[in-house]
Amino acid sequence: MGEALGLAVGLVLSGDADLLQIVLLSLRVSLTATAIACLVGLLIGALVAIGRFRGRNAVLILMNALMGLPPVVVGLLVYLHLSRSGPLGFLGLLYTPTAMIIAQAILITPIIAALSRQVLEDLHAEYAEQFRSLCLTRWQTVQALLWDARYSLLTVGLAGFGRAVAEVGAVIIVGGNIDHLTRVMTTAIALETSRGDLALALALGIILLVIALGVNAAVQAVRMTAARQAYV
Amino acid sequence: MSDAPAMTSMNLALEGRAAALLPLTVRDLVLRVDRATVLDGVNLDLGASGCTMIMGANGAGKSLLLKLLHGLMPPTSGQIRWGDHAPSAVTARQALVFQKPVLLRRSVAANIDFALKARGKDMARREALLDHVGLSHKADQPARLLSGGEAQRLALARALATDPEVLFLDEPTASLDPASVLAIERIVSEARGRGVRIIFVTHDIGQARRMADDVVFLHRGRVAEHTAAASFFPEPHSDAARNYLSGTIVV
Ligand SMILES: Nc1ncnc2c1ncn2[C@@H]1O[C@H](COP(=O)(O)OP(=O)(O)O)[C@@H](O)[C@H]1O
Ligand SMILES: [Mg+2]
Repeated sequence: MGEALGLAVGLVLSGDADLLQIVLLSLRVSLTATAIACLVGLLIGALVAIGRFRGRNAVLILMNALMGLPPVVVGLLVYLHLSRSGPLGFLGLLYTPTAMIIAQAILITPIIAALSRQVLEDLHAEYAEQFRSLCLTRWQTVQALLWDARYSLLTVGLAGFGRAVAEVGAVIIVGGNIDHLTRVMTTAIALETSRGDLALALALGIILLVIALGVNAAVQAVRMTAARQAYV
Repeated sequence: MSDAPAMTSMNLALEGRAAALLPLTVRDLVLRVDRATVLDGVNLDLGASGCTMIMGANGAGKSLLLKLLHGLMPPTSGQIRWGDHAPSAVTARQALVFQKPVLLRRSVAANIDFALKARGKDMARREALLDHVGLSHKADQPARLLSGGEAQRLALARALATDPEVLFLDEPTASLDPASVLAIERIVSEARGRGVRIIFVTHDIGQARRMADDVVFLHRGRVAEHTAAASFFPEPHSDAARNYLSGTIVV
């Protein structure tokens, strides 16, 4: 264990090319998935937050339930759609980074939607009368809420990214953990651990932790700056 | 109340615009909230110009009456007419300043811009509006770090940014220091002088004396009296108003 740790640190410090490729692919897949999930999830969150429609409670329950989607189930569903005999098989996306992005985006969109809905609904309770007095359109209201909740939504996005980058079940099914093509940090850790290459697994584990800590610290710093200006 | 001045063509234009909104007539207005009857048959007629103060004890229904008049919520029954219009049809021609200003999580300037943009007004007016309420030097500061008086002046500037024909104020100076109160009153008086119809809720009897052309006294969800300011303060007609005035002086 101590030996493996030493090797792992060495690997990280040496800037090993394979390692770097895995890390960069991980970031590309998860950041893209987070961006897509934010685009869709924030819009859904905002519309449900300000909407008063029949079946709203059912939608809320569904959104909360979908937050707990098991990654392997999402992976399986995406697999069934993208596999050659599936409805989207002709796109040839199975075992590509795009397939992994799709799976992760589906996994975290409900998280973004549900968490942002709560944030935006609280903010709307504060702003609603003022907005009605100004005769804002629904779209103007959504825009204003999204902008004024920007620092809280950063945390929401972070929660989504954290879940995406740490997830292994969905990407291993639709990505296949192909070396130099679809191997990301989590799938590599799983593989190398089972193969007994603990140094590489640990090195990746360290990097994953550092990324998680780093992103959290950065978001926290931004939020604290914003809080000093009463923008949170 | 102002006597009819010799009208220039500009005055005519303004009067012509206001004439469409006023007079305000309120008939048998009832509002129930959670089974409680908050407004219980309000009748009211307001003329074309001036500053009407609405007074009454806490819970009398003043804030909810303003919201109904401004078209922010529908009444349970009864009728409100701004000229020929229903309230919700003319919300955009009015503005309301709330007791606790609702400021956006943005800079002072961005709060003005927001209102200008929402109502499609000339964005170049921001400077003049900030200057008008004495906040030019705070333009780039976060709005929510302003002092109470500054925040309320910003809320007022934002309301004026929409060029309202009617300006509602719901206890805008409660919990402000005397200098801030006077600053707000100066700005409101100036708007009144430009022909903006002012409807002003207050608990401050001194303020009501300084600002009022007429006073509407609400009591238990009804209009206890609607009297010209000159006679309301020396001798209110209703027991409710008399008790209120003397009670406040005693305390
Ligand atoms: N959203 C609400 N739900 C239930 N009751 C309310 C609500 N808003 C106001 N009320 C009640 O209606 C009455 C009148 O309120 P309001 O118009 O705010 O009085 P005020 O004259 O002090 O402005 C009060 O008794 C208050 O408790
Ligand atoms: Mg009130």
